[in-house]
Amino acid sequence: MIKKEDVRHIAKLARLGISISEEVGLQKDLSSVLDYVNLLNKVDVSDVEPTYHPMAKFFKKNIIREDIGEDQQIADDLIKLMPQIEERHTKVKSILN
Amino acid sequence: MDLTKLNIKEAHKGLKNKDFSAFELAIAYLDKIEKEDDRINAFLSVDREGALGQAREADKRILSGNMTALTGIPTAIKDNILVKGLKNTCGSKILENYIAPYSATVIEKLKEEGVIILGKTNMDEFAMGSSTENSAFGVTKNPHDLERVPGGSSGGSAAAVTTDFCCFALGSDTGGSIRQPASFCGVVGLKPTYGAVSRYGLTAFASSFDQIGILTKSVEDSQIVFETISGLDSKDSTSAEVRPPQSCGGRTSANLKNLRIGIPKEYFEGDFETKKTIQESLKLLQNQGAKLIDISLPNTKYALPAYYIIAPSEASANLSRYDGIKFGLSEEGEDLLDGYLKTKEKGFGDEVKRRIMIGTYALSSGYYDAYYLRAQKVRTLIKADFDKAFEKVDIIITPTTPTSAFKIGEKMDPLSMYLSDIFTVSVNLAGLPAISIPVGSTEAKLPIGLQIIGKPFEENKILNIAKIYNNI
Repeated sequence: MIKKEDVRHIAKLARLGISISEEVGLQKDLSSVLDYVNLLNKVDVSDVEPTYHPMAKFFKKNIIREDIGEDQQIADDLIKLMPQIEERHTKVKSILN
Repeated sequence: MDLTKLNIKEAHKGLKNKDFSAFELAIAYLDKIEKEDDRINAFLSVDREGALGQAREADKRILSGNMTALTGIPTAIKDNILVKGLKNTCGSKILENYIAPYSATVIEKLKEEGVIILGKTNMDEFAMGSSTENSAFGVTKNPHDLERVPGGSSGGSAAAVTTDFCCFALGSDTGGSIRQPASFCGVVGLKPTYGAVSRYGLTAFASSFDQIGILTKSVEDSQIVFETISGLDSKDSTSAEVRPPQSCGGRTSANLKNLRIGIPKEYFEGDFETKKTIQESLKLLQNQGAKLIDISLPNTKYALPAYYIIAPSEASANLSRYDGIKFGLSEEGEDLLDGYLKTKEKGFGDEVKRRIMIGTYALSSGYYDAYYLRAQKVRTLIKADFDKAFEKVDIIITPTTPTSAFKIGEKMDPLSMYLSDIFTVSVNLAGLPAISIPVGSTEAKLPIGLQIIGKPFEENKILNIAKIYNNI
């Protein structure tokens, strides 16, 4: 069983707010999932390379394109989605006090 | 004639012969949704006005004589695939009011053909789930039994196709999210090879697994839509144009004779509900001359645990963008950090929080090697199992799911819900294409699906074999 402090620490790393009652539920659920995935410890992976891309052999080279601007309108549409806008900037709380 | 009963091919014929117009076809579906979706809850939003506008355009195109196989055909889109101007909630409170500023590449491709977009379908929040019970906007009911789930996460799309609320639907499949609901609802569900269909405009869940796919009433329909939406896209660097030789293209039952079907023993161990029906289906194929070859995918039992490390890890990174700064729900905090915490606490549901926590844990200092890296290595072994098997077989057949649709509220424990993906996740770990087709039903008249798995980019082969099966 993972500890409550661990749950709080992970939530902090994830920048995720959780209530006291959620903390209890997550402690139980995380423990049971981690117990289950511990099955992976039975596999011998000593000489095995990890797979990050399942179809890597079809992608032998990096995919790049010319750095040319395309649709200007999309930028304005994306800016409109920001919760707090000032001119063309998103407004956030101050970071340094 | 009930126009909503038609599949793509039939509707196309009717439109071409001017038996009915695209406008009449769209109205038939929209009216049916309005009248009947209260009891199913397949749709999160319906765009009546937009759909009718598109139908008028389609009618003009049909009159001018340059229609294609999909012109005027009504579709429903899972609510994590962007359609410009429509809401894209992903089944989440955090995106409840998010309007898509652009369309996904698959949508652009469908619109070019003159497809009619009726609306957006329900799903487990951010596609995390196997029942649609994790939607922030209520569960979708299985049309075969309203007390049961339609499967998930593309449950809304599967239920919409089953109930004739649309001619076909798009979904996404990260660990089984198209095939499992297709199986539970009794429709055809295709999950293409990783990279075969552009993911531009698909809201990211787990980027090395996510793939857009198709839910249809027939295999032919699936092929028509796949041909339209697949291919390289400059906006998705993981998309590919791979056209392998189609050794099975044009196969008929007469030459199923040399087809080698791999039957992995790990998928038939013990007794489970769907086993007998799948074995009977295999007999049918054998009677047509196909060879059933016993194979082993020895690392199968590690697929689900590996998936439930890697997918949440990728999700925890992808979902960090929902911080209330750039778009979506934004809760006021005392300072910047407090705003993040409050936005996510209020915006995300339980399962999403759970997966973010699992993923963050697996990626955190001190645990990265033991969990994430180890799982990625196990993924290599699972993929190697398939590579080896495909040296001696053309396709692999398994049940799509061990059981038929379960009851709403039956699987409250997260782990028991995860286990419903047991026969579908390996395919995502290996990036392979697979299709689920309905092959029978239980005594309670609940559908059972059979899964055909192919080699990379051999969608046409598995589609052709599924077609032959249906013609037996």
